[in-house]
Amino acid sequence: MKSHDLIIVGAGIVGAACADYASAEGLRVAIVEPGPIGGGATAAAMGHLVAMDDDPAELALAHYSLGLWEAFVDLPQAEYSRCGTLWIASNQADYARIPDKLARLAAAGVHAEQVDAEQLYRLEPALAAGLAGGMRVPGEAVVYPPGVAQYLIGQAMARGAQLYRQRAHQLNSGGVRLSDNTQLSGNVLIATGCALPQLLPQLPMRSRKGHLVITDRHPGLVHHQLLELGYADSAHGSDDSSVAFNVQPRPTGQILIGSSREYGSETADISMTMVRRMLARTLQFLPGLSELDAIRIWTGFRPVSVDGLPYLGRAPQHANVWVAAGHEGLGVTTSLGSARILIDQLLGRATAIDPRPYDPMRVAA
Amino acid sequence: MNAPLIRLQINGCTVEARAGTSVAAAIAQHSLIFRRSTTGQPRAAFCGMGVCFECRVAIDGIGQRRACMVPVREGMQVSCDD
Amino acid sequence: MTDRYDVLVVGAGPAGLAAAHAAASHGARVGLIDEQMTAGGQVWRQDVQHASPALARRSIGRTLDHPAIDWLAQTRVVTVEDGGLLVEDPRRARRLHYQTLVLATGARELLLPFPGWTLPGITGAGGLQALAKQGWPLAGRRVVIAGSGPLLLAAAATAKRHGAHVLGIYEQSSTENIQRFARSLWRWPAKAVQAMGLRAQLAGVPYRCGSVVRRAHGETELHAVDVDGPRGIEHIACDQLAVGYGLLANVELAQSLGCTLQLQGAHAYVDTDRYQRTSVDGIYAAGELCGIGGRDTARIEGAIAGHAAAGKTADADRLLQSRQHARHFADALNQCFALDPRVHALAQPDTLVCRCEDVSLSALDGYMDARSAKLATRCGMGACQGRICGSALAELGRFPRSGQRPPLFPARLSTLAGTNLSSINKP
Ligand SMILES: Cc1cc2nc3c(=O)[nH]c(=O)nc-3n(C[C@H](O)[C@H](O)[C@H](O)COP(=O)(O)OP(=O)(O)OC[C@H]3O[C@@H](n4cnc5c(N)ncnc54)[C@H](O)[C@@H]3O)c2cc1C
Ligand SMILES: Cc1cc2nc3c(=O)[nH]c(=O)nc-3n(C[C@H](O)[C@H](O)[C@H](O)COP(=O)(O)OP(=O)(O)OC[C@H]3O[C@@H](n4cnc5c(N)ncnc54)[C@H](O)[C@@H]3O)c2cc1C
Ligand code: FES
Repeated sequence: MKSHDLIIVGAGIVGAACADYASAEGLRVAIVEPGPIGGGATAAAMGHLVAMDDDPAELALAHYSLGLWEAFVDLPQAEYSRCGTLWIASNQADYARIPDKLARLAAAGVHAEQVDAEQLYRLEPALAAGLAGGMRVPGEAVVYPPGVAQYLIGQAMARGAQLYRQRAHQLNSGGVRLSDNTQLSGNVLIATGCALPQLLPQLPMRSRKGHLVITDRHPGLVHHQLLELGYADSAHGSDDSSVAFNVQPRPTGQILIGSSREYGSETADISMTMVRRMLARTLQFLPGLSELDAIRIWTGFRPVSVDGLPYLGRAPQHANVWVAAGHEGLGVTTSLGSARILIDQLLGRATAIDPRPYDPMRVAA
Repeated sequence: MNAPLIRLQINGCTVEARAGTSVAAAIAQHSLIFRRSTTGQPRAAFCGMGVCFECRVAIDGIGQRRACMVPVREGMQVSCDD
Repeated sequence: MTDRYDVLVVGAGPAGLAAAHAAASHGARVGLIDEQMTAGGQVWRQDVQHASPALARRSIGRTLDHPAIDWLAQTRVVTVEDGGLLVEDPRRARRLHYQTLVLATGARELLLPFPGWTLPGITGAGGLQALAKQGWPLAGRRVVIAGSGPLLLAAAATAKRHGAHVLGIYEQSSTENIQRFARSLWRWPAKAVQAMGLRAQLAGVPYRCGSVVRRAHGETELHAVDVDGPRGIEHIACDQLAVGYGLLANVELAQSLGCTLQLQGAHAYVDTDRYQRTSVDGIYAAGELCGIGGRDTARIEGAIAGHAAAGKTADADRLLQSRQHARHFADALNQCFALDPRVHALAQPDTLVCRCEDVSLSALDGYMDARSAKLATRCGMGACQGRICGSALAELGRFPRSGQRPPLFPARLSTLAGTNLSSINKP
């Protein structure tokens, strides 16, 4: 039997961020991950670091995390690129919503600015004609999520954390048993994303599939992460399937195209129907991309909790089990803040932001 | 075999080639460097059959086209890196 | 033109041409598609300067001129969709439907890393042949041909015909292997005649066995190569190096259709039965796709597949014996040119393996599978999607190539968006 202060199950970006922070705080950490580091949802993500203003708790966590991301600006593995976010208003009705959004973001400390149609086309000449304007968030950025996860795990291991290349099979009173029957004892932190119910069936989790398409290298065509203002409706709506315009300039010059959201599809297969819908939407906003080649299409699953907010805290019905999972489509952004909130609570410290909205006990209540 | 001569522009220079010639072959008359790799190395057509993507150049304003898969056309504008 | 065919044939090399012709001879409505501008595949690729061999002209002519066959040039399969294939040509996308499908997607070269292999002036062996036929200027250029297999002779002959000064052919296989093979050629008289013809064309060109190119030299283009042979290391100044280590099947489409594959060494080919049926109902495969077998095997298998796809197995039965004969020859060839382990050791730690993303061999140390390596290093993430580096790493014994995702080849966003679909629905 091997004993640790904290056994982190899952080395996606969330588990990796927890391993890094916990080890930096002096905990003796074990990491349990059978697959590649950052090989789950983290390997599929766009890596857009973004604050969305429609839920105050989500906004607070995102803003807190965005501040922590500043420490990664010069890290090569992160491929950090501060391209900024440009939210696009297709029509006057969307344009009219911008002042409210600016106010909500400002209240949370996020700086953003309204751009009129003329400025919009100066910023992004490739956009289709006839758009009303937009909202620019200059401080936001994109990263390469699996690279960050690998870096964070590397940091933890350099501080002595141990990596077990096994699946966590079962929780028990002392800790957790691995698939090769190794018993690890200590506090357990479950950061297994979509797979959470396998170990903690009392916490509901749904998988929301997304498709992404990436092009060959075409630097200079798109400058900001571009999203339609209606994106939040797609992201937070509960439709069985939806698509929204969401395009990112990778630091490589490639163009990464999202986004689709789909419940009920459990396999990683590519649905050409979803790809068609998603790309048709893209070409409405960026008709000039139509002749460019896509080189790969892939899918990933966003882990969705009961209310769309992550579970961060002590797990219901377990004394020594903690959970950090359910970040849906924002888990790259919010991974760093989530790790702080979780580990600070575990160490009995005050947290930088109010942790109650994310308390897993809300499900039991 | 005397196919008609086609004129195209490669990096602004006029190059003549027989109809049926690939853009890759036309480029090779002009220079052996097709593109720069991600770390800046010079590269040229390699597999000749559309699988290696080393021969990518911009053709008529669209980047990353495989030159070995495209026949020359009158007035075509080709641009290679450098 | 229609978008519904009784028999749809993918690939217009010797196998695809034979399949299309055989199926059409029974009255089937046939579609024949190929990514290339002209039919003929790799061996019968049209030469902009020289006339094609008579057999090629005959096979291509009778197939493309057949009234029941639609020839769709420069058309590539993008992905498999419900009951059909999404294809694109330089202008439009289309959906093609079929009763039966014949896959004849042929082979590409096995291209293996060695120091300097990314220099302009270096191509595959088949690669140089293909480029020469496309009009690549070779007149007066000093060319070294290296690697392995009978393709080296064909490439040398093509280069010479195009005015190149061929300095030598360097075959990795040993003299003993080649001599043993040459002694067995009497069993395939047509092949012996062909080989003699090539030898005559290559009079005066040295053919050295047991030799490999260790390193290529040059700054922005090739200037010289180091050849390691029985007589030690030879430094040869040259303008062009054509180097290929044999062929491997283009299985990507078959794989995405769910056809069962088998391994031949490190590389996959499609598993078929006596009538060239794959494991998937209604899908046939022929030629190199079913294991490297050369032109004659391809023609015979194509015809078998075409007859069987049209439901005429009796016609297919008549060809089974000649296929066996041709496949035996291929087996003997493959044995003779099996790769010497030292070919696997040519790449050095700093040699780039992934040419799309410039990833060196040593950057891959410690990764046990293609996916982990890709996520951490970008190896295989580029435009070729691992067709070159993935196959090379499999051959080098690192890890098998990672699986295919749509699109099969880079495809226009408009094609995938369905915004440029032409639909022709004539009965
Ligand atoms: C298409 C798409 C686009 C996205 N874009 C963005 C974006 O732009 N910005 C953003 O902020 N977020 C984005 N996301 C969301 C983000 O990817 C996720 O919220 C985040 O990656 C979740 O991280 P995780 O560590 O919780 O999960 P994962 O990355 O899935 O990690 C969980 C890990 O747990 C392991 N595991 C599971 N079960 C066990 C077990 N029993 N024992 C041991 N290990 C186990 C898995 O192998 C896996 O490695 C996107 C998601 C998708 C699908
Ligand atoms: C920011 C970012 C940028 C990226 N850029 C690129 C890029 O430029 N090029 C690129 O190629 N990838 C890129 N990727 C994608 C990444 O390498 C993986 O492709 C991604 O993790 C999605 O995985 P996958 O399912 O495609 O398969 P992989 O990660 O490759 O692993 C899954 C394996 O299963 C195979 N498979 C085939 N069919 C199926 C199926 N139906 N279901 C499940 N698996 C299947 C896959 O081919 C593969 O071998 C990027 C990822 C990120 C996060
Ligand atoms: S030379 Fe390889 S794709 Fe053109």
